[in-house]
Amino acid sequence: MSTNGQKRIVIEPVTRVEGHGKVSILLDENNRVEQARLHIVEFRGFERFIQGRPFWELPVLVQRLCGICPVSHHLCAAKAIDGIVGAERLTPTGEKMRRLMHYGQMFQSHALHFFHLASPDLLFGFDAPVAQRNVIGVIGAYPELARQGVLMRKYGQEIIKATSGKKVHGTGAIPGGINKNLSVDERDHLLQDVEQMLQWAAGALKIARDYTLDNIERVSGFGAFDSNHLSIVRDDGAMDLYDGKLRAVDAQGRSIIDQVEPGDYIDVIAEEVRPWTYMKFPFLRKIGPEKGWFRVGPLARINTCDFIDTPEAEAARQEFKALTDDKPSNVTMAYHWARMIEALHSIEKIRELLHDADLQGDDLVSPRGERRGEYVAIIEAPRGTLTHHYQVDENDQVTMANLIVSTTCNNEAMNRAVRKIAADHLSGALEITEPLLNNIEVGIRAYDPCLSCATHAMGQMPLEVTLLDHEGRLLDRRSKE
Amino acid sequence: MSGLDETLVLGWGNPGRLDDGLGPALVEALAVLGLARVVVDSDYQLTMEDAAEVARYRRVLFVDADRTGPAPFHLRRLSPALQGSSFSTHSVSPAAVLALSRDLFQAEPEAWLLGIRGYEFDEFGERLSGKAQVNLARAVALVRSAIEADEFQEILNTENIAENGTKREGEPCPTQRP
Repeated sequence: MSTNGQKRIVIEPVTRVEGHGKVSILLDENNRVEQARLHIVEFRGFERFIQGRPFWELPVLVQRLCGICPVSHHLCAAKAIDGIVGAERLTPTGEKMRRLMHYGQMFQSHALHFFHLASPDLLFGFDAPVAQRNVIGVIGAYPELARQGVLMRKYGQEIIKATSGKKVHGTGAIPGGINKNLSVDERDHLLQDVEQMLQWAAGALKIARDYTLDNIERVSGFGAFDSNHLSIVRDDGAMDLYDGKLRAVDAQGRSIIDQVEPGDYIDVIAEEVRPWTYMKFPFLRKIGPEKGWFRVGPLARINTCDFIDTPEAEAARQEFKALTDDKPSNVTMAYHWARMIEALHSIEKIRELLHDADLQGDDLVSPRGERRGEYVAIIEAPRGTLTHHYQVDENDQVTMANLIVSTTCNNEAMNRAVRKIAADHLSGALEITEPLLNNIEVGIRAYDPCLSCATHAMGQMPLEVTLLDHEGRLLDRRSKE
Repeated sequence: MSGLDETLVLGWGNPGRLDDGLGPALVEALAVLGLARVVVDSDYQLTMEDAAEVARYRRVLFVDADRTGPAPFHLRRLSPALQGSSFSTHSVSPAAVLALSRDLFQAEPEAWLLGIRGYEFDEFGERLSGKAQVNLARAVALVRSAIEADEFQEILNTENIAENGTKREGEPCPTQRP
């Protein structure tokens, strides 16, 4: 397809990320990379689907959004509903049960991404044969690592089940609290393996750290670019994945916004619409759409927080930050290292919580206070900052929902990563070579994007490759199971 | 090999996406029946850690919605297979779950895949289409009879399947032994 002399090459989907994505690389008349676009299959119509539903259904309803991270949506909606009913200050048991659920989700998600999606790139290198550079290769060469990945994921899922009641459509978080505590039997069962999980998480962190340091020259420039970084942090600046206020820093670590209440997000963040995609591009109003875009997720969280309140993860954070003289890291591939610091932090928090008797408390729900017609909640999901904004009417029905998901926040950054990688590797040829395809995939995967449409019945066609000429004529199309 | 002499029925799909919820719906129906020697579980999708669970059982029945297969359902024997399996997302195929069970946990349970034909997938909604409900009822009947007989048989051509999910008497057997 030609637009203003640009030629477009389409690659779809991006493999080994969540769901399906399609990448377009736009070339100028001299066959240099002009622009890169990551097209994402979006959930459309969900906000409309929940309009008119009673607000107390939201924590369960929003889990239908995504089969990948339903817990993040469940908890973020629950936090918003806490505010609607005026019960945002939870009982110790209510808050700690929710935090345990959240750290379980974080732990299992990071473990799965690292061991089964990212580790082939790190263990075998980007240039290893495709036949080897996948999880099957990991199972063959490193079966114990693969086994650890499966069991870490399983452990996180067991925490989710114990705190939310069930794996599908869990109902744990309810307005103002939680509907169950953690029984002594459940606690003891989870305690049996927690030290093993800590040990494995530390091992995974070492792999990510060593890989980054051993290949620092290559990864430093790979899909790398300066950016702003955004997350929520605690009042004292500590990393807090469950609750906090917004903070953004620039590429040098200078403060852009700090301690902004979630309810004021609309004053500091706007979303730009672009004609070629339904996906929006969030940016910081203070800087504007051109330069105000930001990254979210593990790398951003390590960059924005002042410290981590668990000892092993904090030691790892300090080593990570020392590499950039305590300034933010803008290296895309450093997401992997940052993600494993968070996995270690999550299991440290899980251990801390499992030894906390508040989890066996009976005071599960806070009394309701002043009813509000609108509330905004923000949580740090595995992939980054997740915002739920709801308005409800006097009949308790949802009248407006605005959800800004993590992958949307990283939209511009992923486009830039692809553009950088394509510019570095395309070298004037109208051809998607195997190395280029691999490198684009590796660059996008670092962000752990969730492109899932959450339906996956047998019979769907998961892979299609389309090649169009500069006038939009179809040159080739290939598909496979 | 597993120490549990039970059948694990593992359904997956998104109940919030219409007929995509056929797998969990079958699991719910079986749970209500309360059959002996059966453990049921469901999730949005199959994932790596299912391999650790599957490894504990003598037999596993995977249940999913099927967009294009024969109505009301098909039932086929499964073998472990990593090659050709989709590892493009957090979701993995049932054959890949079996392969992981074999390679990482040294267990190879007898495994079956039940695909229940669905028709409506592309909207949000917590209901099954009318035709999917009919197919579900017949699939539940089949699974119940197979579990009670403690024997599963492949059903690839469903033209001769009676309303109760079993083959019609006096007609050519639609089933094949694995």
